[in-house]
Amino acid sequence: MRDWQTLLILIGMPVAQILLFGFAISNEIREVSISFVDQDNSRYSREIRQKIDASNYFKEGVEIYDTQEVESYFRKGEIKMAIVVPEGFAEQLVNEGNGQLQVIIDASDPNTASLLSNYIQAIVQSYLDEFNRGAKPPFFIEVRSELVYNPELKGAYLFVPGTISVIMMLISAMMTSISITREKELGTMEVLLATPMSPVQVVLAKVVPYLLLAFFNAVVVLLMGYFIFDVPVNGSVPLLLAEMLLFIVTSLALGIFISSITSSQQVALMISLMGLMLPTILLSGFIFPVENMPLPLQVISNIVPAKWFLLIIKGIMIKGQGIAFFWKETLILLGFTLFFVVLSIKKFKIRLS
Amino acid sequence: MKENISIEVSNLSKHYGKFKAVDEITFDVKKGEIFGFLGANGAGKSTAMKMLCGLLGPTSGEGTVAGFDIYKQSEQIKKNIGYMSQKFSLYNDLTVLENMIFYGGIYGLSRKYIKEKTTTLLKELGFDDKLGTMVSSLPLGWKQKISFTLAHIHNPAIVFLDEPTGGVDPVTRRDFWEMIYKAAEGGTTVFVTTHYMDEAEYCDRISMMVDGQIHGLGSPAELKKQFESTNMDEVFIKLARPNEKV
Repeated sequence: MRDWQTLLILIGMPVAQILLFGFAISNEIREVSISFVDQDNSRYSREIRQKIDASNYFKEGVEIYDTQEVESYFRKGEIKMAIVVPEGFAEQLVNEGNGQLQVIIDASDPNTASLLSNYIQAIVQSYLDEFNRGAKPPFFIEVRSELVYNPELKGAYLFVPGTISVIMMLISAMMTSISITREKELGTMEVLLATPMSPVQVVLAKVVPYLLLAFFNAVVVLLMGYFIFDVPVNGSVPLLLAEMLLFIVTSLALGIFISSITSSQQVALMISLMGLMLPTILLSGFIFPVENMPLPLQVISNIVPAKWFLLIIKGIMIKGQGIAFFWKETLILLGFTLFFVVLSIKKFKIRLS
Repeated sequence: MKENISIEVSNLSKHYGKFKAVDEITFDVKKGEIFGFLGANGAGKSTAMKMLCGLLGPTSGEGTVAGFDIYKQSEQIKKNIGYMSQKFSLYNDLTVLENMIFYGGIYGLSRKYIKEKTTTLLKELGFDDKLGTMVSSLPLGWKQKISFTLAHIHNPAIVFLDEPTGGVDPVTRRDFWEMIYKAAEGGTTVFVTTHYMDEAEYCDRISMMVDGQIHGLGSPAELKKQFESTNMDEVFIKLARPNEKV
């Protein structure tokens, strides 16, 4: 019972897991930013708009008038969907009994995209039910979905970037922390430190192989994604590689930090799994979109480095964004790296003096 | 620094908050001497040793190791010492020779030199046929001997041995001490901590640490005389537990 660390992990793990899974895994959407492009400006288009606004699922973001502009707002990440009511919608609906709506959806996250499409269909259908109220023959509104970035809603668009970030976390952070604590456990670390090598050299020597390994693996996943699952890299490849390198360094810094606060392999493994792997899979937006999580989890997700990396890597690969769109995320990753490096050095110094 | 002095320490202390792990110890070790560093568990031996090896920064006091200042020249100290820790310092998934090449390489030794040196050293031990053996498959006693060989492969001025014979059978311990003697004859200073009082008798001089302080210092014969004891066990008990009747 005095081994409170293990106890805490054993008791805390199921609680944390059930909370994470319960809240993070939700197939609901809430307050998704959309734009309503009303080119018709008729009674019906306004009614549909009200109906959509009245649901809690959407909130209107920027005003857009030209459908050509929609993609640029997707790229900036300001909206996820645009509902376009074309000119002549009301006329066609009344005269021919058949109107057409166009929905443009950012499908870089295929799960959310299909959810959005379903929700809109349902709202329009319920409007139509009220509208018809026994009218014969019934009026009909067709909702045409246009999926940008990932027209076939391929899951690979989601899991290739996700897998890359998980692998980098796994190899860089977990393996680094375990291998350094192993040297501590074995006693070889002490001997290494008694040699003319400086502590920095020792740590670098431990870390560089994992850096190369993680980078190699990430490139393999990237190539497999490209050739087997047709996941494109729409943006700049050198930029993508540079950002991947940055994320690996962030993960390594995390791994070094973990190994500086513990001296047993077991604890290092536990911390890596619980503190890094789970959040990386569940809270980063890899499987479940961050926007759909409850607020507390959204807040927590901000301290998960993988969340920022996923924004970057998805931006480059799928949306073809340049550095201008995610210099903030890049700076955040840099900040994480610096933070953990400084913290590790401090910890290390305390131990030495 | 005097010509024949290898380690010189005065009033060296290491405090952790209010706890004085090492409290103003003063001693010196001559060149080629086998210096036993004795004390009960937790008396501060390992802490003192780590300060001398440049692994820990002292709180106060002065000291030189191999002529280098323990505050400012820990890098030079590290180049001139060998260190063997209580735990295993060998990589289990490397062979004996690979371990040697790895550690020797850190000291800038060439692969060829390491190979020759290792072969001669292991030949003396009658062990040269095991160069390519994985360390994991060796018995404990041999691992210990190889650790020691490793600790002085780069001909250091001083080797620090932190409880090198823990858990080893008496015969192997004798062998081990023969290796220590051989190294000392070659001019290497040996600084060794131990719990075994019979090993203390093998040392040229010993110091006895109690609660962070050195309470006894001298050759085994001097100490026995000073504390009116017939063997080192008695000396140790009198020092560590002054209130107990032996």
